[in-house]
Amino acid sequence: MTPELGHYALVLALGLALVQATVPMWGARVRDPALMRVAVPTALAQFAFVAFAFAALTACYVTSDFSVLNVVENSHSAMPLLYKFTSVWGNHEGSMLLWVLILTFFGALVAAFGTNLPATLKASVLAVQSWIASAFFLFILLTSNPFLRLADAPMEGRDLNPILQDIGLAVHPPLLYLGYVGFSITFSFAAAALIDGRIEPAWARWVRPWTLAAWMCLTAGIAMGSYWAYYELGWGGWWFWDPVENASFMPWLAGTALLHSALVMEKRDALKVWTILLAVLAFSLSLIGTFLVRSGVLTSVHAFANDPARGVFILMILVLFIGGGLALFAWRAPLLKQGGLFAPISREGALVLNNLFLTVACGTVLFGTLFPLVLEAITGRKLSVGAPFFNLTFGPLMVALLVAVPFGPLLAWKRGDLVGVTQRLTAAFAIGVIGVAATFVFEGAKPVLAPFAVGLAFFVMAGALTDLAERTGLFRVAVGTALKRAAGLPRSAWGTAFAHFGLGVTLLGIVGEIGWSAEKIVSVKPGEVISLRHYDLSFDGVVPSQGPNYRELSAKFTVHRGGEVLGVLQPAKRSFASRQMTTTEAALMTRGVSQLYLSLGDPGPDGSIAVRLYHKPLVLLIWLGAVVMVAGGALSLSDRRLRVGAPKPAKRPAVLQPAE
Amino acid sequence: MTRKQRRLALIGSGVAVLGVAAALVLSALKDSIVFFNSPTDIVEKHVAPGTRVRLGGLVQPGSVTRGDNLSVRFEVTDGNRAIPVTYTGILPDLFREGQGVVAEGTLDRGGSFRADNVLAKHDENYMPKEVADALKKQGHWQGDDEKKTSAVPKGRME
Repeated sequence: MTPELGHYALVLALGLALVQATVPMWGARVRDPALMRVAVPTALAQFAFVAFAFAALTACYVTSDFSVLNVVENSHSAMPLLYKFTSVWGNHEGSMLLWVLILTFFGALVAAFGTNLPATLKASVLAVQSWIASAFFLFILLTSNPFLRLADAPMEGRDLNPILQDIGLAVHPPLLYLGYVGFSITFSFAAAALIDGRIEPAWARWVRPWTLAAWMCLTAGIAMGSYWAYYELGWGGWWFWDPVENASFMPWLAGTALLHSALVMEKRDALKVWTILLAVLAFSLSLIGTFLVRSGVLTSVHAFANDPARGVFILMILVLFIGGGLALFAWRAPLLKQGGLFAPISREGALVLNNLFLTVACGTVLFGTLFPLVLEAITGRKLSVGAPFFNLTFGPLMVALLVAVPFGPLLAWKRGDLVGVTQRLTAAFAIGVIGVAATFVFEGAKPVLAPFAVGLAFFVMAGALTDLAERTGLFRVAVGTALKRAAGLPRSAWGTAFAHFGLGVTLLGIVGEIGWSAEKIVSVKPGEVISLRHYDLSFDGVVPSQGPNYRELSAKFTVHRGGEVLGVLQPAKRSFASRQMTTTEAALMTRGVSQLYLSLGDPGPDGSIAVRLYHKPLVLLIWLGAVVMVAGGALSLSDRRLRVGAPKPAKRPAVLQPAE
Repeated sequence: MTRKQRRLALIGSGVAVLGVAAALVLSALKDSIVFFNSPTDIVEKHVAPGTRVRLGGLVQPGSVTRGDNLSVRFEVTDGNRAIPVTYTGILPDLFREGQGVVAEGTLDRGGSFRADNVLAKHDENYMPKEVADALKKQGHWQGDDEKKTSAVPKGRME
């Protein structure tokens, strides 16, 4: 009964979505408040029904109901409970259900908390959100129904792909989807503004919390995915420029650009048309990502099945929404009035530069990702665009952007003073130069660019701190006054500083990992010792054991450094009988922010075993930087002026008020 | 600065960044695209030694031999031709005889393929797409339908 109820709830949600897609939109056109208000209960009910359907599928998984095809294909009765939960979205159908769950979740949030929005805008936003939802409900119901039953239920399931049997699956997809799908709200806001044909700076303020929330989740989701790949795949890579990774990274770049351009729009009433376009593009890139991952045009751990019907359907959704969004933009954008003048050297100018670099960088990633697909479609030749392409195109653009990052927040609005800002950044420059010099002295000039990259990372971090010091008057006024000012500083200023600081931290981690990683691939016998850098690892032998749905062979290594025992590393190989698959479980030892990474290869006939040993200096900074960025986003989100549902200022109506 | 000058400055910087990006893309593209070839392609198209290619096909059953210092030799076949491959290092977990594989590297003068990277698929259900297409071309593909129907009852047999 449970799967049928879940299926029925999805059909009802589609019905509600169709109502919500039309009635409030009509209401907004004829200014009928009763029709516009329809959107609120339908958005809440839609979320409730999808949540019910999701719960129904989860129930099938938790009870291992093997009469449901989806459960048979992706679950096993012996699997630990956590993985029974997570395998709900560890497959194509379930992950699409999670997609619409999050889509309707955002719709419900706008319905419940968007109390400060003008009625027509809110109605249009929810209607557009429902267009997207309708399309994806149809997609699920027509091509990817997770509730299909088998007439003849097997006794046992086929197990979840062992690579996915990890705590990472519990965190990475939901976070990533919250980000990915979260941009649907900004898309809906943009489409609603275009349909309304008018837009005020306040629009940027209404959209900002949603963009910021989506951006935070996407940042965390990408970082989490990267760390997961790092420890799970067994060869220590943390970013592969794989099309699927790019699919999540492109919306991130566009979303980051959007966060910055919306700032200009909010404060200065400029860049309106551009901001709207970015809002459309950010979600379009999310849809392209969904298409790449879910249509089967790519092969990767993320692509669960190749079914041409699905690919065509998602392609249609893609064309409809991207094409429709851009057509709407082309048609209505000329109606939007341009505002605020500014000189090229100004805060606005810096933010434009930021946008220019981020979107162009995003364009190069898009090019590299789609080029093989397009070329294959045209010429039939298969090729791949490797990591070097992305490093050579994306890298230089990012370096240019990073150099500019510390300048932006220090420049004044309208007309900035570049010389003055450069003077105020003297200390940050000095720290950067010390970074370069210290790296040269301690690590030498190998690789040549690494010391400069370290210097750049220090410059970005010091620049973020300079911004805070300047705003609080630290070193110029008494410490007490500075502290008082720091407490009074808007949270968004702290947010900016944190996010930019985090960027520097991540850069430092990347440089450390790329520049100074050491690796050793050898075959060892029990009793032998592997040495790498200052570490000596003695191989004590292998220990077989039995897990709930796998057999494990783990190898025990004792780690020494200069005679002192640091601990034990126990990498393992797990073989899953149900899928005849083996996974590698790397063992990690964290020393400060650096890691020792050990993973196993194949055992040889003479009792030896192949191992990969890496020493990865500063590698944890890559992800810690992302955590700092997310913290910056959270600080910014808690800023009073952005608070969702914050009361309007009493004096003037919020709609007409220029931001600051 | 007038509105017009401001717009010119904006457009100018936009064009400049785009130009730099286009130059970067074109120069990077020359060196970092790698074509996919089946063993038949390698033989028929006379791929020059030293050119970086991806070779995809099935690992020929019985062809895997392991040497010293983690060196491995195996053959990659598409049912029509087979190319010997040498590789040093740790093979991926899903590398198995009779299964799909993609090797990246260069052809040496002796006609054997020196791989510096070997990729197997992520999941036992799915063949790397390039390999599947290459096999289809040679007529050695059993087709998805058969796989799907055989997939489900597998649980019952255990």
